[in-house]
Order: sequence, then structure tokens, then C-alpha cells
Amino acid sequence: MTEVQTAPVSRRNLELLLLLLALAVGASAFYLVGVTTEATDVMVIVKQIGVLGVLGLIIHVLLRIFAKYADPVILPIAVALNALGLAMIYRIDMAKSTDQASRQLLWTVIAVLVAAVALWIIRDHRTLRRFTYISLAASLILLVLPMIPGLGVTINGARIWIHVGSYSMQPGELAKITLAVFFAAYLSSNRDLILMAGRKVGPLQLPRMRDMAPMVLAWLMSIGVLVVQRDLGSSILFFGMFIVMVYVATARISWVLIGFLLVVVGGVFAGSTMGHVTRRLNTWLNAFDPEVYQASGGSMQIVEGLFGMADGGLFGTGLGAGSPYRVPLANSDMIIASFGEEIGLIGVVAIVLLFMLLISRGLRTALGSRDAFGKLLATGLSVTLALQCVVIIGGVTRLIPLTGLATPFMAAGGSSLLANWIIVVILLLISHNARRPMDETATPTDVVATPSATHKAVKSS
Amino acid sequence: MNDLVLNIFRLAFLALIWLLVLGIVGSMRLDLSIGRKARTGTPSARTLRKHPELAEPEPTSRKAASTLEITDGPLAGRVIELQGQPILFGRAQDATVVLEDDYASGRHARLFPQGSRWFIEDLGSTNGTFVGDTQLTRAQAVEPGQRIRIGKTVLELKA
Repeated sequence: MTEVQTAPVSRRNLELLLLLLALAVGASAFYLVGVTTEATDVMVIVKQIGVLGVLGLIIHVLLRIFAKYADPVILPIAVALNALGLAMIYRIDMAKSTDQASRQLLWTVIAVLVAAVALWIIRDHRTLRRFTYISLAASLILLVLPMIPGLGVTINGARIWIHVGSYSMQPGELAKITLAVFFAAYLSSNRDLILMAGRKVGPLQLPRMRDMAPMVLAWLMSIGVLVVQRDLGSSILFFGMFIVMVYVATARISWVLIGFLLVVVGGVFAGSTMGHVTRRLNTWLNAFDPEVYQASGGSMQIVEGLFGMADGGLFGTGLGAGSPYRVPLANSDMIIASFGEEIGLIGVVAIVLLFMLLISRGLRTALGSRDAFGKLLATGLSVTLALQCVVIIGGVTRLIPLTGLATPFMAAGGSSLLANWIIVVILLLISHNARRPMDETATPTDVVATPSATHKAVKSS
Repeated sequence: MNDLVLNIFRLAFLALIWLLVLGIVGSMRLDLSIGRKARTGTPSARTLRKHPELAEPEPTSRKAASTLEITDGPLAGRVIELQGQPILFGRAQDATVVLEDDYASGRHARLFPQGSRWFIEDLGSTNGTFVGDTQLTRAQAVEPGQRIRIGKTVLELKA
């Protein structure tokens, strides 16, 4: 009845503590790699973990200044995952005598600094709402960039890269943020229209055709990405994010059903007519067939990954003691398999739990958020992270066909790191807004979902 | 390095990463509810000294409304049980309470619970929604006994 309030606590000290623990995990991972490969280079540990620590502290201090009430566990989780990723990339470097780790560290610096600047500029996530259609345009441009001749390049059959100087980037990674901003802004202002209008067919309330337009656009875009750029992972990511956001905004099951119907239609079409999708399905279903295994671009990668994880067992071979470098792309797409081999099921479950905690904090932010835009944006961004994890970890463990998506924060690759750090900063800002003490009392929060299903509860005739 | 020591290090690493996971879970335990009034329980004397505004107000005898009674208009006399779910008033067939009232709009107003109170919100009706004599401009809390008027229909929350 009478709710007792406690003073809003900023919990920044807890964040600092967890941040130090996260850095300790990273440092000990580096140390183990060094000790096991008998190339203990203290300078590398100091450099990598030191730089990451400074970056984490920069964000931490900025949060103390600008977003005091932000969620205290998001930043430590991101830093821990990033540190583990760096350690594994360094470990693969040791085996292959490459120098991906310094490159990844450089990208981490760029990503976190860009995220810090974003935090400093945005301050309040609601300012993003002003850029509704600008972000739609930006997403389209980002998605089309790799198609421009001379700028875009095709790597591993997917045309999702652009070359600028000696650096290559995947602009599509950033498109998931701008798309989430667009969907959140569009749905939060047009939710009522979508909810109210439309005919009822049986238990389903069908949306009107013209309210369907952005949905159809999203579907066309994801199918376009699939057909033109041959990137199955991003196509799943974009469409999944959109369906979840529409469902959260309207609580209409009909949208989800229509969405799944479109997925099935698109999937069956792609699976039966497009060469690379058919091949992917084949390597997934018949992975252990010797012919498929030996074919170029066959199932060698995924099967080697499975063997590695089997070798790791429960406790793993120990960091630096396994042979994850036998798997192609061991430090990017297959990094989870590398971890499975070297820290075993116990370690990989901890990593998956870290991802789950990060995503659950994002969704918790959405629950607590007081404005519809913030709710939808936090949901969309957390779902993007979740879908990336499901698609890539599911692919590596052969639960679903393997498609190339970056494991967030871990996989070698700058664009993904940049995009995910920006996502983290936006989530932190939204959570600050959600947890901050309210100015006025007895105002209801802006409720997102007004499910029509509950109207049936009491029906007067 | 000695194999035994190395294995101990490996186990220690696994323990450390789980310590991080459990530390995060443990810190979230305090934070499981939603919104500002996050934690319940009486504030300690120390917290009270620091934040006097947290002192528990005199307990009021206010009881949560449990029924909604239509006191005037075409549906007068009808009593609706409140079940903690939002109620939509209007002439539209899918409204929770279908008002056969020429002065009501299709989707006229919405009554919804938040915390221990009920709020009424006008959904952009033509003739407006009134609590007492004042027309609603935004969602507003309603106490039992206050008269809500939609078109010719008058409703009242009962404890």
C-alpha cells in the first residue's frame, strides 16, 4: 500500500569494483596464454590490459559525470568480453605468428573513444528521436555503400566490406544501430495508429496495408541484403530485430505471425534457388560427410571447431595449450569454438552467461524506461546483441546453419566492435534515464504496450 | 612451469571468470523490481537521517479500488469487477465496456492500474472525459468516490 522509497543509489562504486574484476579476468587470461606458450611477455599484458583498463575508466568517469544512475553491470561485462576476446586473438597470434591482437587493440581504442564521444554528445537518448528519417536514410546508405564499385570488396563471397586506405570496414554493422533508432522512433509515434486501425479476422487483428509499409520495407531490405550482398546473418538480424520491436510496440501476435510467414516464404525461396544458401544448408546437415568436409568452403571449418570443443571437454585444455588455430577464422567467426577448446564447457558457459546478463540488463533497462522511444530502442538494441549471439554461437555449435556474424565484443573485427560499443553506451544512457529519480510524482509512466487481448477480460454486453 | 602449478592456474582462471559472473548476478539481486520505488522495506535509521524525505508518511486508510460502478447513463447500475487490467471505454465493439451512449467516442477513455492506484486517460475523444468537473488533459489518478463522466455515463470507483 504505502510504498517505502529508498534514496536512488547511483552504484558507480559497484561498477568500478566489477570493472576491476573484469580486468583481472582479462589479465589472467593473457598471463595464462603467456605462461603456457612459454613466451611470457609482460609488456603485452601491461599494454593490452592497461589500455583496455584506461578505456574502461574513461567511460566510467564519463558515466559518473553525465549518467550517474546508469546500470552498473553493463560496462564491466562489455570490458570483460572485450578483454577475453583480445586474449584469445593474442593466443591465436602466438600460434600463427600474426599480429591481429595489436590491430584489435587499436580498434578497441577507436571504438571506445567513439562511444565515449557519443556518450558525451548524446547525453539524453531522447535527442536521437529527432533523427527518425535521417537514421533511415543513413541505414540505407550504410547498406548500399559496399555495393559501390571501387569502394566495396567481396570477401568470402559476401559483399559487405568497404576499403578505405588500408583499412576495411563493414558499414552494415553500424546500420543495425541506425535501423533500431528509426524503428523505435517510428513505432513510438505511430503505435496508436497501428493499434487502432485495421480489421479483425477471428482472433487476429490485422494491421492496415499502409501501416504495413515499414514492415514490408524492412522485409525487402533484409531480403535485399541476402540476395545482393549474400549475407545471411545480417539479414536474419535486421528482420528479427524488426519483428521483436513491432511485437513489443503493439503486443499484436498477428504481426509476429505475418513476420514468420514472410520468413518462411523468403527462407524457402532462398534455400531452394540461391546457391550459397543451399550450400550452407548442405554443410550444416551433412557436415560429417567426407565429400562435404573436403569440398572448398565445405564443412571443414565447423567440424574442426566441433572436434576442438570435444577435445576441450568440461575443463578445457587450458589457455594456450590447445590447437584452436587449426580452425579457419579461429579468432573471428569461430572464436567461441576456440574458447570451447581451451577453457572448456565451464568457461564457455560463463561467457554465454555474461552475454545473457548483458542482454537481460538491456531488457531490464527497457522495462524501467519511462518513455516509449527509450523502451523500444533498448529492446531493439538488446535484441540485436541477442540475435548476434544466437546466430553465431548456434552456428558454431551446429545448432543452426553457420552464418558469418561477429561474436559481439570478442571476434576480431573493428566495425562490429565499434557498433557494439556504441550500443552499450546508448543502453547505459537509457538506463540512466530509467533509474534516475523522478521529478514529478503520481504521473503514470508512458506505457508502451496496451494489449487489446486484455480487453476481453471484462466484457459488458 | 610445473604442470601441477599450471593446472591450478587454469582452475583458478575458471574460478575467477565465474566469480565475475556470480558477482554480477549478486549485484543484480538488489535490483529486481521496476521503477523508482525499487526496493521495499523500512529505511534504516541511518538512511533516514541522510534522506529525511524517505520517512514513511502517516498510514492512510485508503484501500485499493476493487469495483467500478456505473452510477448514471444508459448502463446505470452495472458493476464491473476490477481485475488489475486496463479497461477501455467506448462505443467500439472491442471495448471492455461498450457504452451505448451517443456522446461517447468509439475509443473514448482508458482506465488502467499503476502501482496501487487507477489512472484514467482520455484517448482523444470528441466530447472529452471529466473527473469531477474538470476535463482531462492527461492521464490522472482517480480515487474511490470521484465521479468520472464519459458522455452521459457517470462512473465511480468503489473500494
